Amino acid sequence: MTASVHDPLNQLSLWVADGKKAALATVIATWGSSPRPVGSHMAVLESGDFSGSVSGGCIEGAVVAAAQEAIGTGRPKVLEYGISNEAAWEVGLACGGRVQVLVEPIS
Amino acid sequence: MKQDFLRLVEDRRRAKQPFATVTDLQSGRQSLVNESAADGDLALSAPQIDDVRRRIFATRSGVMDSEVKGGLFVRVYSPPARMVIVGAVHIAQALAPMAKLAGFDVVVIDPREAFVRAGRLADIQAIVEWPDDGMKQVAPDARTAVVTLTHDPKLDDPALAAALHSKAFYIGALGSRKTHAQRLERLSGMGFSSTDTARIHGPVGLDIDAQTPGEIAVSIMAQVIERMRAVAE
Repeated sequence: MTASVHDPLNQLSLWVADGKKAALATVIATWGSSPRPVGSHMAVLESGDFSGSVSGGCIEGAVVAAAQEAIGTGRPKVLEYGISNEAAWEVGLACGGRVQVLVEPIS
Repeated sequence: MKQDFLRLVEDRRRAKQPFATVTDLQSGRQSLVNESAADGDLALSAPQIDDVRRRIFATRSGVMDSEVKGGLFVRVYSPPARMVIVGAVHIAQALAPMAKLAGFDVVVIDPREAFVRAGRLADIQAIVEWPDDGMKQVAPDARTAVVTLTHDPKLDDPALAAALHSKAFYIGALGSRKTHAQRLERLSGMGFSSTDTARIHGPVGLDIDAQTPGEIAVSIMAQVIERMRAVAE
């Protein structure tokens, strides 16, 4: 069964079927060590609720904000994050990697 | 992504056949590619479709080299690995939801109505048949793990025989070293060689001195994942 709260695509479908505005974020490329592999999905609702992940929790907040923006513009966008910045190092999140994330609003 | 395309992706995932989505990173246009067709509003050339199909075969998602500005992103979807549990016993009640959380499609086989009765296995699929028939229905393949938990040779042995005749990537049987030695003798009597029976992990699970049903489920789950990754290497 693919129906599961741990399945972001399934969650996204449920939201969309409910007539809600939502977007899909997907890891499309990684460099160095990164916590989630290419293809990992995170579904984002207009309100900011989200399901799934595109990192180990390091960039989800920023991706949610970008997804909300994409829901507004109706256009897909490619985002890039270097996970290993100084702030990340200080809180112990320096995976030392870089990720690219595609954000697509559902229309 | 268009709503219709999302629906198409979900339909194809439910069909449990491998496929890929291809997304133009510039325009957001998309097509879905499988063995037999390409559907969607993104036009792909024959060589591009061949590239996508090679990626499906290798389970390799990623940005594809292309003359398209920004590139094409290919996301490969493979059907989930499966776990067949024989015996709806206490350990199965812990192992089945754990395997489901780890992304497996889980089926429990047990002919004993009382063990499968509503509530014991929550929303896990159960086949209330003798293991011979149950295993025929399930038809284990190279992406299937088979775990026998009944302790009862009448139930475990036919399931293990069916598993040994399949390409299951993992076969595990609950039971002590002594029980396992007796089991190997019985299987040998059924015509299986020692090379065949060496595929069976018994006692089942990683040796972490697991005691409770939940702990034993963790040790089995860890061993199944370890084997799955080792085979994929």
